[in-house]
Amino acid sequence: MEALTTITSTAVPFPHEDVDTDQIIPARFLKATTREGFGENLFRDWRYLDEDVPNPEFILNKDTHSGEILITGRNFGCGSSREHAAWAIYDYGFRALIGTQFADIFKNNSLNNGILPIETDTKTYSQLLESVETDPKTEIIINLEDQTVSVPSISLTFSFDINPYKKMCLQNGYDDIDYLISQSETIKAFEKNLHS
Amino acid sequence: MSKTLFDKIWDKHVVTSIENGPDVFYIDRHFIHEVTSPQAFDGLNKRGIKVRRPDKTVATADHNVPTENQHLPIREELSRKQVAKLEQNCEEHNVELYGLGHPWQGIVHVIGPELGITQPGRTIVCGDSHTSTHGAFGAIAFGIGTSEVEQVLATQCILQNKPKLMRITVDGKLQKGVTSKDIILFLLTKLSASGATGHFIEYAGTAIESLSMEARMTICNMSIEMGARGGLIAPDETTFDYIKGRNFAPKAEQWEYKLQQWKELFSDKDAIFDTEHHFQADEITPWITYGTNPGMGISIDESVPSKDKIDPKFQDGFEKSLNYMGLQENQALKDMPVNYVFIGSCTNARIEDLRLVADLVKGKQKADNMNVFVVPGSSQVREQAQREGIDKVLESAGFQLREPGCSACLGMNEDKIPKGEYCVSTSNRNFEGRQGPGARTILASPLTAAATAITGKLTDVRSFISN
Repeated sequence: MEALTTITSTAVPFPHEDVDTDQIIPARFLKATTREGFGENLFRDWRYLDEDVPNPEFILNKDTHSGEILITGRNFGCGSSREHAAWAIYDYGFRALIGTQFADIFKNNSLNNGILPIETDTKTYSQLLESVETDPKTEIIINLEDQTVSVPSISLTFSFDINPYKKMCLQNGYDDIDYLISQSETIKAFEKNLHS
Repeated sequence: MSKTLFDKIWDKHVVTSIENGPDVFYIDRHFIHEVTSPQAFDGLNKRGIKVRRPDKTVATADHNVPTENQHLPIREELSRKQVAKLEQNCEEHNVELYGLGHPWQGIVHVIGPELGITQPGRTIVCGDSHTSTHGAFGAIAFGIGTSEVEQVLATQCILQNKPKLMRITVDGKLQKGVTSKDIILFLLTKLSASGATGHFIEYAGTAIESLSMEARMTICNMSIEMGARGGLIAPDETTFDYIKGRNFAPKAEQWEYKLQQWKELFSDKDAIFDTEHHFQADEITPWITYGTNPGMGISIDESVPSKDKIDPKFQDGFEKSLNYMGLQENQALKDMPVNYVFIGSCTNARIEDLRLVADLVKGKQKADNMNVFVVPGSSQVREQAQREGIDKVLESAGFQLREPGCSACLGMNEDKIPKGEYCVSTSNRNFEGRQGPGARTILASPLTAAATAITGKLTDVRSFISN
């Protein structure tokens, strides 16, 4: 996993509620056996009209907004546990998500793939969204060490929570599996006393 | 100190805890399937390690498989390759595979319980969000991502933070024509598609206790649609009777020993939950969805709500949903023409579901406009249905009993609903495009689906039964 410390970028507003992982990446695109290339089909059925024609109304097809940060509506990533959703978001180029609430499995999957999901309150979210929507050049600075997000153009700074262990993993690019493998002996000892 | 059922199981499976971080959580059983496992095996192969406990891992092919002519090679190339990859990975890593052609093949959440692998007190994971199904047995069961699948394959553990706990109590007696699917759709409407985010749910109360194992699985299955990682129900005699004698159930002395342990699995009287909800069973009627998330539901005899009745935080989604579904505010859905019915999925494709459907349609004929897919959850369910003559009943009604798989639940295999068509479906998700691009899903119970198949329009099964 790639290490993440700070992100300075513009953002893409995507203020839809309850966006499920079937919208992020429809099931018919889950047939690959590698982790790469899913970005091409990110938000596929919203992004394309019939006959694979890009939908000119869809935010990723407009040339107004771009950046490494996606501003997401409440309950983003609900539904299926497919990690392909996180892979698609990463592959497209997003490194952080800012919203009011993320679905649990999706949040875990994001953290396991070097994507930082930031949850904030509704008021801050609205301020941020408005700023990004009115001025696509709005620069957002995310500092993982300090756990802060700042938007200099509107003098907004807010802090966010992250599990200290997951923070350490993101900062160093560590995967959980490395840690778990290092615990082999402890796991072996545990298994000796287990009867299920 | 008083403990919840969840605490009792969780605490026994914590190998060690990271300071200010998650627990190293031990997994008793790991189910895998073709879609979310290949990248995990890849990771293992790159590290040059093998599956740590193949004896605790079981595989099946379900998402990609066709539900007709399963004896022939899968026509779609990518699906065929993904299933072949699973076969290769299982062989190289010595993992038991109940693949196509195996008498135990089926949807992963149907075969685990029917083989007796799912047992009370166990921790169970799978790279599939509907792993919550297994919680019906008093197990901690939840869906995981592929990185976590890799962790479990490599170490039999994952890193998890203990979630908050919610108890939903449903007391009383269900009305005629109301099933456990209606209970969970009703709960979803009341609590919303994110009402249990961050929680695990324990379902309790006399209405829940009165349910069969199949019916309990339907409820736990859809816990994820409320945002919960999983749901569980304390095991009781119904649970023990279901498990006894199944292929992997404990035998003889081992059975007695396990039974004693299982009887300790309940929430202590004064155990504390982070959140509690109470409902009465007689409030619940046959329930359907009208929108594009499972929390957007109404009683079959109600109309689509008007926008001003919707919580302001859900209003944007409400409009977008109705637009996708081709429905209007205040529109009554009862008697609306429908051309597709899908009876299947890990939510409602067990033998009891097929029995309910067969009893209702016996001696009747599907409507002319109607296309009906009945897809059993496993090869064993299909065989049982044949032994009981259910296949004949369905056939005479003009329903097609297909071969087992996830089928039209997720638009990944050959079974899809055409664009713009409504489908009354016993599956679990009515998301945009879930059953195929442009398909419009109305979630319902197997009874509502069967009645709709007969009349050709959305039907209140209560009037259907009394007629």
